[in-house]
Amino acid sequence: MKQLDRKIFSGIGYVSLIMLAILCIIPFVLVVSSSLTEETKIVTDGYQFIPTAFSVEAYIILFKYPKEMINAYLVTIGVTVAGTLLGLFLTSMTAYALSRRDFKWRNKFSFFFFFTTLFNGGLVPWYLLMVNYLQLKDTFAALIVPMMLNVFYIIVMKSFMSGIPEAIVESAKIDGAGDFKIYTSLILPLSKPALATIGLFLALAYWNDWYNALLFVSNEKLMPLQYYLYKMLGNMEGMRKAMMGAGAVVTTSIPTESLKMAMTVVATGPILLAYPFVQKYFVQGMTIGAVKG
Amino acid sequence: MKGHTLWKDMKNYRVLLLMLAPAVAFFFLFAYIPMAGIIIAFKNYDYAGGVFGSAWNGLNNFRFFFESGDAWRVTRNTALYNIAFIVVNNSLQIFAAIMLFEVGGKWFRKIMQSALFLPYFISWVVVGAIAYNLLNYDIGTVNALLRGFGLQPIDIYNTPSYWPYILVIVSAWKSLGYGTVMYLAAISGIDTEMYEAAEIDGANIFQRIMKVTIPNLYPTIIILVLLAVGNIFRGDFGMFYNMIGNNGLLFSTTDVIDTFVFRSLITSNDIGMSAAAGVFQSVLGFATILTVNYAVRRYDKDRALF
Repeated sequence: MKQLDRKIFSGIGYVSLIMLAILCIIPFVLVVSSSLTEETKIVTDGYQFIPTAFSVEAYIILFKYPKEMINAYLVTIGVTVAGTLLGLFLTSMTAYALSRRDFKWRNKFSFFFFFTTLFNGGLVPWYLLMVNYLQLKDTFAALIVPMMLNVFYIIVMKSFMSGIPEAIVESAKIDGAGDFKIYTSLILPLSKPALATIGLFLALAYWNDWYNALLFVSNEKLMPLQYYLYKMLGNMEGMRKAMMGAGAVVTTSIPTESLKMAMTVVATGPILLAYPFVQKYFVQGMTIGAVKG
Repeated sequence: MKGHTLWKDMKNYRVLLLMLAPAVAFFFLFAYIPMAGIIIAFKNYDYAGGVFGSAWNGLNNFRFFFESGDAWRVTRNTALYNIAFIVVNNSLQIFAAIMLFEVGGKWFRKIMQSALFLPYFISWVVVGAIAYNLLNYDIGTVNALLRGFGLQPIDIYNTPSYWPYILVIVSAWKSLGYGTVMYLAAISGIDTEMYEAAEIDGANIFQRIMKVTIPNLYPTIIILVLLAVGNIFRGDFGMFYNMIGNNGLLFSTTDVIDTFVFRSLITSNDIGMSAAAGVFQSVLGFATILTVNYAVRRYDKDRALF
């Protein structure tokens, strides 16, 4: 009896998990395959899981006139690197001050930060502040500043740092180290796991961000990758123009449908390549957050 | 005397205070000042006058928002979608987590988890591209398959009634991995002695899951669900905007507060109404989260947010 129910259960388990896994992966297969299908075939038969007529034309066009794409890549890389480093520095420094048990006002400050997650002024006042008062429209800063500090990451970092034995801080103090010195030379090295995880979450958020560009960027030179993709997906006319601007011959034969998918592949590529290596840090980080929450 | 202690404390903590200063300035500037900007909702905003110079117009912005019928439509959509997401996503995540825990070896688990977690890592723009790839009328895969079977293709981007299902599926797809990892961590934390005891009592695997695993997950489930309920009036702008965009044909079933606020601000430039809708959402959200926190506090004091 016991054997039988185990077998039935395992059967259900394997089948349903494999089905869910396939459902999670197959859209990616579809996009890649579509990007490699001949345009005429897509127009007559639709996007397909396996290219019936193989063609790399979309990629050839994409890499022949890559000026805008490369620019978008550079913007995204710049934003991701600058944003992640700044974000990590500010998050860890803030979290450290809040994690110090001898700091009398730490709860007051924590609440000052935390309250902003409960209540906010809505999109409009914030937007007007950014655009009219701080004049951040079409600036690099507009792509970085809004996501630089996040209360949730501060909390996770703080609870990680609270787990560092206080004796370490005490002995450093006796040796005459100042608070900032303790932070840079003791706390930061000991917080590497949390820094790695939050750094990855920040980097992913910056890499995938298109929202701040949607709100604040109209200058093409400042368009990050995801927003550039967004623009191109919705606007093939614009795409043709961009190709022409980059020197492409005026032609109606630009394979727009496969090109859309090729662009999607190129914009997602780095994440898919990095994914196998970074996934475990995300899992670890979520467990830090979940346990101490 | 009191001022004296404060001064002393400030001197004592000067380095820590300096370390906090950037974050304090950041949240003051980008969170607290916009809170004061709520007054825009009660004004007839014009660019010349700005936030302070524009004329007051009482509750007119709110009146327009409610009388147009938009308020009810977007609030209902936001809440209903979030309820559907909470129920479907959590059920699926719990199911996947239990299965991952019970079935297969280390490698199988790793590979499955990697596959389920993948959609979490891509941007909503890419999800929008995938949806276009699947659902487009002329060349989408779904319609290609339907035509292949000799069936009529369906014009999905022009049919509002399909979208609640599509959006629930998309949300489940994107969040499956993240939630499964959370629940898997909770299941791994269950004391193995409980399983052994169940085994000795002759429980089969189904009984064990129903009587041991799931009851032990209740605290996690309740907290995660309650936190999600606290955000029930916040729509996921990234998802709705990339799936629907400005396709007005679908707004009856897909417009949420966040997309409405965005459109009023950017597309129709109706700043007063946009601000009013935003304030309405913030106040509603604040009331909800206070209620939920009260509920959590009653359930388990340590898990309350504040």
